Amino acid sequence: MSTTTSNESRSRGKAPAGERLADWADGRLGIYSLAKANLRKIFPDHWSFMLGEVCLYSFIIIILTGVYLTLFFHPSMNEVEYHGSYVPLQGQLMSEAYRSTLNISFDVRGGLLIRQIHHWAALVFLGGMFVHMMRVFFTGAFRKPREINWLFGFLLFVLGMFTGFTGYSLPDDLLSGTGIRFMEGAILSVPIVGTYISFFLFGGEFPGHDFVARFYSIHILLLPGIMLGLVVGHLILVFYHKHTQFAGPGRKNTNVVGMPLMPVYMAKAGGFFFLVFGVIAAIAAIASINPIWTMGPYRPDQVSTGAQPDWYMGFAEGLIRAMPGWEINFWGHTLVLGVFIPLVLFGVVLMVIAAYPFLEAWVTGDKREHHILDRPRNAPTRTAFGVAWITVYMVGLIGGGNDLIATHFHLSINAVTWFVRIAFFVGPVIAFIVTKRICLGLQRRDRDKVLHGRESGIIKRLPHGEFIEVHEPLSQEQMYTLTAHEQYKPVEIGPTVDENGVERKVKGSEKLRAKLSKAYYGEDSQIPKPTVEEYREITSGHGHH
Amino acid sequence: MKKLSARRRHPLAAVVVLLLALAATGGLYAAFAPAGRAQADDSAQSLTIEEGKKLYEVGCASCHGTGGQGTSDGPSLVGVGAAAVDFQVGTGRMPAQQPGAQVQKKPNIYSQAEIDQLAAYVASLGAGPSVPTKQQYDPAGADVARGGELFRTNCTQCHAFKGVGGALTKGKFAPDLKDVSAKHIYEAMQTGPQNMPSFPDTTLTEQNKKDIIAYVKAINSDQTVSQGGLELGGLGPVSEGLFAWVFGLGALIVVAVWVAARTAKAKKS
Repeated sequence: MSTTTSNESRSRGKAPAGERLADWADGRLGIYSLAKANLRKIFPDHWSFMLGEVCLYSFIIIILTGVYLTLFFHPSMNEVEYHGSYVPLQGQLMSEAYRSTLNISFDVRGGLLIRQIHHWAALVFLGGMFVHMMRVFFTGAFRKPREINWLFGFLLFVLGMFTGFTGYSLPDDLLSGTGIRFMEGAILSVPIVGTYISFFLFGGEFPGHDFVARFYSIHILLLPGIMLGLVVGHLILVFYHKHTQFAGPGRKNTNVVGMPLMPVYMAKAGGFFFLVFGVIAAIAAIASINPIWTMGPYRPDQVSTGAQPDWYMGFAEGLIRAMPGWEINFWGHTLVLGVFIPLVLFGVVLMVIAAYPFLEAWVTGDKREHHILDRPRNAPTRTAFGVAWITVYMVGLIGGGNDLIATHFHLSINAVTWFVRIAFFVGPVIAFIVTKRICLGLQRRDRDKVLHGRESGIIKRLPHGEFIEVHEPLSQEQMYTLTAHEQYKPVEIGPTVDENGVERKVKGSEKLRAKLSKAYYGEDSQIPKPTVEEYREITSGHGHH
Repeated sequence: MKKLSARRRHPLAAVVVLLLALAATGGLYAAFAPAGRAQADDSAQSLTIEEGKKLYEVGCASCHGTGGQGTSDGPSLVGVGAAAVDFQVGTGRMPAQQPGAQVQKKPNIYSQAEIDQLAAYVASLGAGPSVPTKQQYDPAGADVARGGELFRTNCTQCHAFKGVGGALTKGKFAPDLKDVSAKHIYEAMQTGPQNMPSFPDTTLTEQNKKDIIAYVKAINSDQTVSQGGLELGGLGPVSEGLFAWVFGLGALIVVAVWVAARTAKAKKS
């Protein structure tokens, strides 16, 4: 190919520089076929599809600013005396890690701004992942073929939590030290292996002289490396699966309606990156985050009230704060249930949302691919489940900030804690029921709109005196959009006796599945969408509307 | 003499005598009155205590009892000292407005002279810490860094890193230290008001207290320079997380909606 083009170009004069460069690169990288296959990739347009981009861009911002911080940070716990610019800590003994973080904040040019961008971007990154995950959840975008990608995303969220936590621990200030002490306590509460893991992690008795250096490797190398790999895998799968889209005329399970990557999304995504960077940088320039100099250096004999982790660990903090301090003593050993149960719950709460797509796939028994998104109201049980899960999470967050809620709303901290204890069990149930009812109400409204049209607000008086409101029929497109979703039928167990009259043994899992399926798709869980016949009958003139 | 006795029956004689008598009385009063006041100065303490007792009977006795011995509504004031009175009344906590988990701060309605009188009365009930002098509490020249270390060792458990306060059990709380004067901080440490433990000079020396006051003034007062921008209440990760969600993610979602709404228009062919 290259020989023929070079012959042609020689006959017609020199090719433009860009073409020659592309040719040169293609000969070595094979970019033509790659570009041809992907540059015209179509992406659908919806603001909620950009939430993932927020995460990607804040991740890039974190890496860029993090590299800058590594140039000045000393991951060492050697004891040194402070003689930098911050007066209220002059002459204090502290670890080298803390001193270098103070130097980054006060003596390195741009250091404090970069530190604040790094930290704010981390909070936004985790928040973005949370919101992105909920978008995927509530629209059913996790269904086949995207279950693996859901797990990739979930892993990114969990790894993001731990990367954030290890980063928060590095400055070795009094707040982060208290956080690590908390983590050590959680590790120690694990039966049998807890003490071994703690001694292994800290290189002996807490705090030791190793954890900053170890957390440093974990924070800047191990976890971000895994995350980078997962991000690439996540994006490759998005390309491979193609993006999902909301139902609408012309949008099918087999196509994607939208704009091509090149040039539309290249420009949009590129511009959006700078907008994200701009917003985060503006926040970092306006508001202080983690002012470690007011915390002081970490010393295990000091502690402060109002010691909380960053928000993404807040619900774990809440679980611990709300848990009664139970413990069991036997044969000289102590099982600290007051810490161990919250530790287990922390994992369970996260695992539940990770495993949900597989549960739903099992209940529906649906093996088809889904590329059209659900509107949350059209999957009431899933939506209600999601809201119940968020409720548990939020209750945990309230628990994590129980002291600040108490002081700022003039409540008793004991009352707030009791609220959290009760709401942890009752809240999700109420949220589930309420959400499901709201979804069904919205489904009924959609049904009414399709069958009777939109309320126009125009009141008409008929000759015989009756008042009616004029209903405007929906457009064809709107009606399509409102009725495009598919409604499952509950799975039946099937005949328990085969054709020969032999009784079949019904497995417990089958019964469970039938029960769940009924809960999901039974009469009480979805409003039948209007059929063509119903619509015809009403619009044929027999109706009065 | 003849002249005088000749006029002693004069009709105006009585008036003259009366005038002389008045002048003499007035003069004597004028001569002795300042001396009388000077005498009262010598027993100023007892007079102040007297005044303080009157104020006490109006504002305090209903809870603390008529002799300061305490009732079921208020503790005994015997031995709490003048410093405690100066703190409690000076910050407006006493007289208490209403019972509750903790007596709240409110605008103080007593003048400093009245507070001193009350303090003198309460101090007369039993020996206790006296009101510190400016020389004792003035943080000028104190070791701020040493104060920070002491603050983190003794105070942050309740008042938090930045001295913004924190929650205690059952609706009680440690207050924000921002607008508290150096004298009141000193007195609070000395006397341990309400739920606060007391730190007498045997625990925290006068110099220690000065250092702590200097540190509190450095990190949480009007003169504090916020190094990194808005402090978000100095509350730590909870307010930071809320800010990140509302203004970080909130702004980014608004931006996303804006970008998504500006799409390339397909050409109608």
